[in-house]
Amino acid sequence: MSAAFTPTRAEAAIETTAAWLLGVLWILPLAYAVWTAFHPSEFSARFVLTAPLTLENFAKAWDAAPFARYFFNSFALVTMVLAAQLVLCTLAAYAFARFEFWGKDAAFLLVLVQLMIMPDVLIVENYTTMARLGILDSIPAIGLPYMASAFGIFLLRQTFKSVPRELDEAARVEGASPLQVLVKVYVPLARPTYLAFGLVSVSHHWNNFLWPLIVTNSVTSRPVTVGLQVFSSGDQGIDWSIITAATLMTSAPLLIGFLLFQRQFVQSFMRAGIR
Amino acid sequence: MKRGSAHVTGWLLLLPAAALLALFTHFPVAATLWHSFFATPKGGRAAPFVGLDNYRVMVADEVFWRSMVNNLWFALGTIPVSIALALIMALWVNGKMRGRTWLRMAFFTPTVLPMIAVANIWMFFYTPQYGLLEKLTSLFGIASHNWLGSESTALICVIVVAIWKEAGFFMIFYLAALQQISPSLGEAAALEGASRGYYFRRIVFPLLMPTTLFVLVNAVINSFRLVDHIVVMTKGGPNNATSLLLFHIYQVGFNFWDSAYAAALSMVLLAILALVAVGQFVFLDKRIHYQ
Repeated sequence: MSAAFTPTRAEAAIETTAAWLLGVLWILPLAYAVWTAFHPSEFSARFVLTAPLTLENFAKAWDAAPFARYFFNSFALVTMVLAAQLVLCTLAAYAFARFEFWGKDAAFLLVLVQLMIMPDVLIVENYTTMARLGILDSIPAIGLPYMASAFGIFLLRQTFKSVPRELDEAARVEGASPLQVLVKVYVPLARPTYLAFGLVSVSHHWNNFLWPLIVTNSVTSRPVTVGLQVFSSGDQGIDWSIITAATLMTSAPLLIGFLLFQRQFVQSFMRAGIR
Repeated sequence: MKRGSAHVTGWLLLLPAAALLALFTHFPVAATLWHSFFATPKGGRAAPFVGLDNYRVMVADEVFWRSMVNNLWFALGTIPVSIALALIMALWVNGKMRGRTWLRMAFFTPTVLPMIAVANIWMFFYTPQYGLLEKLTSLFGIASHNWLGSESTALICVIVVAIWKEAGFFMIFYLAALQQISPSLGEAAALEGASRGYYFRRIVFPLLMPTTLFVLVNAVINSFRLVDHIVVMTKGGPNNATSLLLFHIYQVGFNFWDSAYAAALSMVLLAILALVAVGQFVFLDKRIHYQ
């Protein structure tokens, strides 16, 4: 609300209490998971302050499944997808922002189709395509459908359009080719957009589950999300302490990154949301 | 630049992205429609044309109808609540409240967690006897209940998880919009003697309409796109009580390996998404008034 409207003291007190209650309620499931993961299993749902802290659940989880490999796979996946997205979306966005070519409007509409119909819902046909390409059960198969991102193209196009044309023309007068102009003028000016898109993309692909579950079938290609599911639905019995430790472990890179760079995360997601 | 060279450069720049989009978005849409008129190919032989047979199977498929109804309730349960919560959260976090940085973090954290991790955490919360929910209800003398295991409560459990995961994400969009509202509007309204509630209803809320529309579209898409938590928590059960449309497609396509029928089911999902797109397009002119 605007600063002009200062609530009365009573109103402010009620609102603050309500906000804090909701905040506590919101963090509770995660706090509960942290408690369970860091305590021996007999304390998994017994909240005694004297309960001993332990890292054993993490050690057991780490030993029970090839998590190191899963982490490596996820890392390779998000790097590959992001690198491809940055190149492809930059080129396409540049075309849409600064070139007049035949069929431009129709092409742009065709790009926007992917905002509605994401690869997540085209699982049946994309699986057939991957089988035909002979790359089932590989990391590129998980990433390929997402590499041309309509969201990224749209976001970068908006940013490139806001670059003053004079800068562009000045560089051209000095004899720069279109690609040199792109690299020297547009890309540096779009740095905040790249950061925003990068964070959104990395968290999306680190967390993605259904499509990787379908196309992967072995330890050498599974990302952590699928690895976690295989681990926790396997012959673990139901030791919730270990499963919760594994769950926190797989979420840790993003969670820690978010806690450290909270402001950048929130601002990036905000920037990505303003269209 | 020479005449015509802009056309060539433009298309060359667009080509790599366009090729991948065509291969993994446009082609699959067309192929889904095409394959929905054929039987599932078996043993390397070409699949025979079966006309509308797959769609006839669909009309007679009780699990399909159950999934549609479930998906409808899932959407009706998650969308209004998560959007309303998102708006309230954003108003609070945008104000001068004590500890708002902490609150913003608390609300936003579920967004950065993988849905599958979220599902695991909540599954333990719902577990009979051991879970926190059971501990809480037993304090109030409520009899033990298998929340995820009974048809009457499983869908609600899944809805709660989705709300928890999404509200903070939508909050961010409202927060961005709120920060773009000029403070002079509030000062002017205050000078005119408007109350706080009036200012919100008549000025802030209308200015947030484009954001609400944007969030709404995203929420609708998500309610048909996200089924990770179903796979982890219930596998569509008990007795299909939590089966959603995409989950049914996943089961038909990758548990029963009936790709032709899965294609027909996918057409329904694509039709729904197309409807959302058309709806957004129709409402799009309204946005312009506010920009």
